[in-house]
This record gives sequence, structure tokens and C-alpha cells, in this order.
Amino acid sequence: MPETEKTHAELAVKIEAMHKWYGQFHVLKNINLQVRRGERIVICGPSGSGKSTMIRCINRLEEHQQGDIIVDGVELTNDLKNIETIRKEVGMVFQHFNLFPHLTVLENCTLAPIWVRKSPKAEAVATAMEYLERVQIPEQAHKFPGQLSGGQQQRVAIARSLCMNPRIMLFDEPTSALDPEMIKEVLDVMVELAQEGMTMLCVTHEMGFAKTVANRVIFMDEGEIIEENSPDQFFDHPEHERTKLFLSQILSH
Amino acid sequence: MSEAAHAAMARRNPLARLWNDKESRQVIIQIISFVLIFAFFFMMVRNAVINLEAIGKDISLKFLWQPSSYDINQSLIEYSSRSSHFRAMIVGILNTLLVAVFGIALATILGFLLGISRLSKNWIINKMAYVYIEYVRNVPVLLHILLVHGMIINLLPLPRASLTIGDGAFLNNRGFFVPKPDFEPLFLAVAALFLGGVAFAFWFRKYARMVQDQSGKHYPVFWICLAAVAGVPLLAYFVLGAPITWEIPELQGFNYKGGMVLRPEFIALWLALSIYTAAFIGEIVRAGISAVDWGQNEAASALGITRGRTLHLVVIPQALRIIVPPLTSQYLNLTKNSSLAIAIGYMDIVATIGGISLNQTGREMECMALVLALYLVFSLLISAFMNWYNRRIKLVER
Ligand SMILES: Nc1ncnc2c1ncn2[C@@H]1O[C@H](COP(=O)(O)OP(=O)(O)O)[C@@H](O)[C@H]1O
Ligand SMILES: [Mg+2]
Repeated sequence: MPETEKTHAELAVKIEAMHKWYGQFHVLKNINLQVRRGERIVICGPSGSGKSTMIRCINRLEEHQQGDIIVDGVELTNDLKNIETIRKEVGMVFQHFNLFPHLTVLENCTLAPIWVRKSPKAEAVATAMEYLERVQIPEQAHKFPGQLSGGQQQRVAIARSLCMNPRIMLFDEPTSALDPEMIKEVLDVMVELAQEGMTMLCVTHEMGFAKTVANRVIFMDEGEIIEENSPDQFFDHPEHERTKLFLSQILSH
Repeated sequence: MSEAAHAAMARRNPLARLWNDKESRQVIIQIISFVLIFAFFFMMVRNAVINLEAIGKDISLKFLWQPSSYDINQSLIEYSSRSSHFRAMIVGILNTLLVAVFGIALATILGFLLGISRLSKNWIINKMAYVYIEYVRNVPVLLHILLVHGMIINLLPLPRASLTIGDGAFLNNRGFFVPKPDFEPLFLAVAALFLGGVAFAFWFRKYARMVQDQSGKHYPVFWICLAAVAGVPLLAYFVLGAPITWEIPELQGFNYKGGMVLRPEFIALWLALSIYTAAFIGEIVRAGISAVDWGQNEAASALGITRGRTLHLVVIPQALRIIVPPLTSQYLNLTKNSSLAIAIGYMDIVATIGGISLNQTGREMECMALVLALYLVFSLLISAFMNWYNRRIKLVER
């Protein structure tokens, strides 16, 4: 097998020398990151360091201006077909759930399979019910998002993404908008997903979660990746001053 | 007196107890208001009847059946000065409805375009819509009507020098003259195909939905329906040798005769009401769409749903819930503002039964009551329809 094809097949995400600006503001500086299939990456860092912006570049919710991003072997450019292909393969879970309030839980889950994957409705419903069972809320299928608790809503959001059968999942602080007693139910779902071998990139400050499932932890500050290490090394022997400072701040809480 | 003493007294006095109870107090207030309002109206009507009697007038609608003895320049039904006042009123009603329906249609289309333009990232389009809205909203509607009317009367050429559009349409300061269709028997076939097309379109939408549910296959529903409703009848029209003869307006003396005409009064009122109301609708649409959280777009994008589908499946259903109630009041405003027609001599309800008929018969009580009742009925009908629509789209939530 030629070298490039092999790397493509093994790499879920490959970011090379990527830069992004908001107008004059240099928000991402020379980002290099390779994520193998099945790998779980946790990204942390102070607020405003560019974590969200970086993972949103991976499914093109944000555009980068320089460097390359290759997802699942497809390069992200302005080619709309490529963007479409990638978005079908990459699921995303947001801090504020972003469920569709005018649709039931079940309809939230079947909307994209029906309109994007062109699944027959019965099939889409069956798949949706399967995933709703996995996140343990099949009995809420016919309720509207506004009738659920935050934790339940976030689990629906995860199920909604999974219904598209993505190969890669992006999580942007999925638990930071939740009341403390609901964090665990969402993390449990994410841990289970990790154990099934899903490729995951999670922005989160849940250090317990990072220690349990992450293959690597990435620390970002001011638009740069400062440190990248295995969870044990990262938490017990952080190398950079800024990492130490950050860890001391979040651990003191 | 202490709190406890108050409470003790309230317990003893049953009236005080009724007044202090939340539910019975509401009932008492309603009864009192009802009695007061009823008494007020009773006095008003009694007063009017007594005063009218004093000057030797009664209240009667018999005048409606007398000949009107005046002409109306635009009528959707057969009418002459020998027709009754009642018929004149019907002509007025139809003219009001005509301008209201056309006005609502045009204002809605313009308004949605304006609202979307206001959200456009294109600087020129955005600012043009902004200037339009700010200018139009801040000028009274009566001025718009006079302005458009004035422009038609003063800026458009005389009939002799009409602007010719195509082969048979003429625009001048007496109106817009267009050919009148004269249907041949074969045209029935075209009409039948059109009706068949509409029926097919309704059925096909359901069928396509069913196929999609079962197999996931998507038909281009919009294009197929368009072909059935417009394409096939159009094709048949030409295949059958265009079975319509057109009566082309011709210049005779000082004006065009024959064909159909949109009079300057109608055009002015229609355009002015549409232009004015569209500015408000534009703002309502902009507010409605921007009230939908941007996260909704992002979530749909992240799921791979295309831009157009996102609008149709996610944004518009949510925006409509915000847009429809204020849209209703704009439709009501347009309908009521159409009564300004009298300023340029468009013969609507106010100009016919509320104007000339009133002056000729001296029946101001009856005429005004009729005009009032008619506007009330129109407004209630529009409200009822919009409320029904609002409930229908609201059900989608919870
Ligand atoms: N749309 C935007 N326009 C301009 N600046 C932005 C925009 N979105 C984010 N930023 C800025 O980019 C920086 C990184 O933001 P973000 O990626 O959200 O950080 P994080 O997720 O790490 O808290 C912040 O300083 C933020 O203010
Ligand atoms: Mg963030």
C-alpha cells in the first residue's frame, strides 16, 4: 500500500500548520495534530484559548485560512461536496445541546438520517430508538426537548449525532452547561462510547473523564497547542509552567 | 386595627369574605364591568333614538333598496346609477376586498424579501433594505397614497403617448390597459387540465411523502407539482392552438376602449398600501428569523443538512411562530388603512355606502353602523384565519 494512502486510512484527523484569524485577531497559531482511528483526545485550556474554534474547524463550522485539515482522508477546502461528505461522517455535540425545539426527541433523531442519508422512515425510527435506548431515554421519544432536563437533553443530542453513524465525534464542553448532578449521566454515555472504539475529540475540563478514557490530553493556550501527553504524564508531570498554573487552578476548585 | 382584628371581621362579614377570595373577587369585578358597559351602550342607543325622533328621523334600512343615482368608476359586478344603494355597497365591499387581498399578497412578498435582505451579508442589499424600511415606515400612509397617485397622474403620459408594453398593454395616466381574454370552447380542456394538475399536485405531495417514508427515495416534489399545475396546461394551450382570443384595448378619442383596465386609483392604493405595510412586515420577518438561535443552524450544519433544507426544516418553522401574530395585525392594519381610499376617489366601502349614499340619503346612523360592522367582520375573519394558522404551526411545538 502506498505510504500516503496508508496514513490516510489510519488517520481520522490530520491538521498541519493550520492558522486561523478572526479579522486581525490571530486565534489559532500553527496547529499540528494527528488523531488515529479509535483514538480519544481530550483538549483543555483556559477560556478563550481557541479550543472550540479548533474543533469547529474540523467539521467546517469555522473556516481556516492557512494550512491543511484532512478528515477521514478528505481535505477540507471550499469544495462544498467535500464539506458535505465530512459533515456526514463527523458528529458534534454542543455545550448548549442545540436540539430542535419544534421537533420531538424522536424527530430530532430522525431528521438528518431521513433528509441527508435518505433512509426510509421506519429504518430511521428504528435506529433512533436503538440509540435512545443506549442513552437510556427511550421513554422520552415523543416528548419535546423543552420538557426534558439538561442532562436528558444532552443525551438526546448525543443520540441525534450517533443516528448519522459518524466515524468521528466532536464534543465541545458537553457538560459545562449542566447542573452538577446531571454531569455523570452524560459522562457515562461518553465513556461507553469511548469503550466501543469511537474516535473522539472532547473539549472538557472533566479530569476524571480524561484520566479514564483519553489516549492523549492536549493543552491549549492563546491559540497554540502548548503541551500534548498521555493523561498520566499530563496530570502528574506537566512540563510547561502554563500547564502547571492551569492545572492548579482547575484542581483547586 | 391589628391584622388579627381585620381577619376576624372578614370572617364574620360574608361580603368581605367574597371580596377577599381571589376567585369570587374576579367574578364580582366581571359582573360589575358587564353591567356598567351594558348601561353605557343602552344609554347611548336610547339617546340616539330619542334625538333622531326629535328631528323626525327613524332608524330604518329601507333606503338600501332605493336607486343610488350615482356612478362608480370601478365595479366587479354589474352596476349603474339605477342600481340600489345596497348594490352600491356590495360594489364598495368588493373593491375593499380586492385592494385588501392584492395588498396583503404583495406586502407579504415584498416584506419577506425585505426581511431576508436585512439579514443579508451583502452590504449594499442590506443597507438598501434598511433605508427603504426606515424611510417608508416614517412617512404616514396617506402621504404614500397621495404620492403614488400623484406620480401616476402627473408623471405617466397621456393616453395618446401611452407606454406600450408588449403588443397589447398600454400604460398611461388613465390607468393600465391590458387585453381581455375571450375564451373559446377548447379552452375548457386547458382549464380542466389545470384543475386536474392541482388535484394531482395535492395527491402527489402525499404520495411522495409516503414513498420517502417507505424507501427513503426523494422526488423533486416542487418541480413535478409545478409541471403538473403550470407546465402541462401551458403545453396543452399551445398544442390546442391557443384557444383564447384577446380583445386588445384601442385608442378611441381621448382614451383607450375595450380590454381590461387597472385604474390609477386602484394601482395607487394597492401599491401604496403594499409598500407601506411591507416595511413593517420586513422588520417582523427580520426579527422572527434572527430570534432563532444561531446554534440551530450550527446543529443542522453539523448533521450535514444543507443550507436550504435547514431554512425549510429548522429555521422557518421556528421563525413563523414568532412572525405570525404580529403579521396578523399588519394584515388588519392594511385592510383598515384601505379606507383612506377616499382621499384619491377609489370607490371602497367608505366612499360608497359610507360616503355618497350617506350624503344622498342623510342616513348617517345606518350607513356608519353598516361601515363599522363591515370592517369589524373583515377584521374578525382575518384574525380568525390567522389564529387558526397560528395554532396549526404552534401545535408543532408542544
Ligand atoms: N466569531 C468570532 N469572532 C471574533 N472572535 C471570536 C469569534 N469566536 C471566538 N472568538 C474569539 O476567539 C478566541 C477563542 O475562542 P474559543 O475558541 O471560543 O475559545 P475557547 O473555546 O477555548 O474558550 C476568543 O478570544 C474569542 O473571543
Ligand atoms: Mg469554548
